[in-house]
Amino acid sequence: MKRTDIALIVVIIILAGAYYVFFGRHTTGDEVLITLDGEEYGTYPLAENQGILVESPDGYNLVCILDGEVFVADADCRDKYCMRQGKTSEPQKCLICLPHKLVVEVRSDRRGGESDIDMVAQ
Amino acid sequence: MGEAQMAHKVARMGVFVALCMIFSYIEVLIPFDFGIPGVKLGLANLVIVVGLYLFPPAEVLLISILRIFLTSLLFGNGLSLLYSLSGGILSFAVMLILKKTGWFSIAGVSIAGGVSHNMGQLAVAALILRNLRIFSYLSALLIAGLITGGLIGVISKAVLHAVGSRENGGWENGHQ
Repeated sequence: MKRTDIALIVVIIILAGAYYVFFGRHTTGDEVLITLDGEEYGTYPLAENQGILVESPDGYNLVCILDGEVFVADADCRDKYCMRQGKTSEPQKCLICLPHKLVVEVRSDRRGGESDIDMVAQ
Repeated sequence: MGEAQMAHKVARMGVFVALCMIFSYIEVLIPFDFGIPGVKLGLANLVIVVGLYLFPPAEVLLISILRIFLTSLLFGNGLSLLYSLSGGILSFAVMLILKKTGWFSIAGVSIAGGVSHNMGQLAVAALILRNLRIFSYLSALLIAGLITGGLIGVISKAVLHAVGSRENGGWENGHQ
């Protein structure tokens, strides 16, 4: 082993670490899809902090996107189960409010991206 | 180049391509699992790394391309051919350049080869899938390339040490 070999190893480890810190951990979805009573209500980027007030004939849900995570901050439904489901940022995870027929799901900007990766990894 | 020398060269390359394919077969039989999907030790690269230190670069490149085509035909599919080819050619180019500079030992050259092999495959995967999210794999693949390249480098050094004494008489010019 030469000193340049050690330098090469250190550079690769630093690159991998830096990439992981800046980009690697973002294995999350890109946007939030809100569905109300089976119909698409809207999509919102997960990167943008915002509050979305979803009003339906049954009541309201306040969906919040904060620091790359989505959660239901407030609702006037009976069970408040949507609020208790907590925060999520992972694709294929949903927050559901049954009384209001509301589904909040995180997805990647390309549908089926996950399954494509799985296919190739076989 | 005489006819006998040419024959010797062809035979030698055949032996090395066969060796690559045996290593690939061993890896199909006994996968070395690193816990990351798609990451493998790349025993066949051992032949390429050792070859770089014994034979002219053009010959090693030809061995590498031949074994990629043949192993993809035997164990893989059309997609795996694309991945192997991109990784194989990129890592060959990087290793050749680093070796020519003379700054690195065989371990460093092999590590650079392992890492660039993974990077080449990742780039092609991103192109084929048209999905940049696959780059979230990059850190893991960098480290995986570092480890597998390092292992191959250590083994290559031992192999070269063993055959080194014959390098002048036996390997380079058939019948001196």
